[in-house]
Amino acid sequence: MKSEERRLKIEMGTVHMVCPSRSSPFALRSCFSVGALFLSFASTAFASAGTAIDRGVMTAAPAGKLEWLLFNLVAGGVVASVIGVCVSRNIVRMAVWLFICLGSVAMLYFMLAANFLGAIQLIVYAGGTLVLLIFGVMLTSKSPWVRWEAPLVEMIAAGVVCVTLLVSLWAVLLRTTWSGLESVSPGASLATIGEKLINVYLVPFEVAGVLLMIVMVGAAHLARQEE
Amino acid sequence: MTIGLTHYLVVAAVLFCGGLFTMMTKRNAVGILIGVELVLTSSILNFVAFDRYLGKGRVDGQITGLFIIVLAAAEAAIAVAICINVYKNLSTVDVDRATRLQG
Repeated sequence: MKSEERRLKIEMGTVHMVCPSRSSPFALRSCFSVGALFLSFASTAFASAGTAIDRGVMTAAPAGKLEWLLFNLVAGGVVASVIGVCVSRNIVRMAVWLFICLGSVAMLYFMLAANFLGAIQLIVYAGGTLVLLIFGVMLTSKSPWVRWEAPLVEMIAAGVVCVTLLVSLWAVLLRTTWSGLESVSPGASLATIGEKLINVYLVPFEVAGVLLMIVMVGAAHLARQEE
Repeated sequence: MTIGLTHYLVVAAVLFCGGLFTMMTKRNAVGILIGVELVLTSSILNFVAFDRYLGKGRVDGQITGLFIIVLAAAEAAIAVAICINVYKNLSTVDVDRATRLQG
């Protein structure tokens, strides 16, 4: 096993990273870049479609066979990346799978004609929050490849609970008939969202602003260097 | 062949259960945070799907989703700061070994 370990030692002596060959940095890097490429291509396509809708070139989100195909593709991506998050032992790989998952969910928002929310999801969630998480991983482990595993009994118990919950939710959803589904909303323009945000939702909007400021000060205080 | 509300709700259910499983089985505090993010994302997906299929041009579901994104970002910032602090004090973020407050 020793010979399988690949050592990357940078001659400066400041950075020292040891990783087992199963999670070689090359595989991780290629995984990252393929995911980022996929996401950027797909989000560009979806965003240009959204612009076309806003300008009246296209009428709505994709419909019919195209919608079916796109939904299956994107939903498959979501499910695969969720399974990836669940089964990865490596915390950095979990973050990569979360990145792909959040990007695919943003595409589902584009398909639901929520263009603004999809863009915000890509910027804030897949951009900001994920970078924060990766910084958290880098700062809280001696080596980012660290892995702690739960006991097998706990894994099995958690799996049973979650699969039971999923199956029962699925069964309930398939049997439910929703009333009032006769009209599909055509999607709202950004102006509608903005108007509603500072008319109807003014108080929550301001409270969210105050919350963000408190969080900024609090996080800087919590993570400060001791003098 | 038509995609309806139920399809999106099933995807959200998968996201929720995956997040729950991640929260239950990971020992790394940052890993648990990733599970929380999955659960929050599933709730946003529910809000947006209902907004499209029940709302007649209303945008309340999308705005609620916007607020959830803000809350998730705030929660992630504070949680990562707490993780860094725990790591500075105990030099681990293993939630099973950070038991100093248990007395």
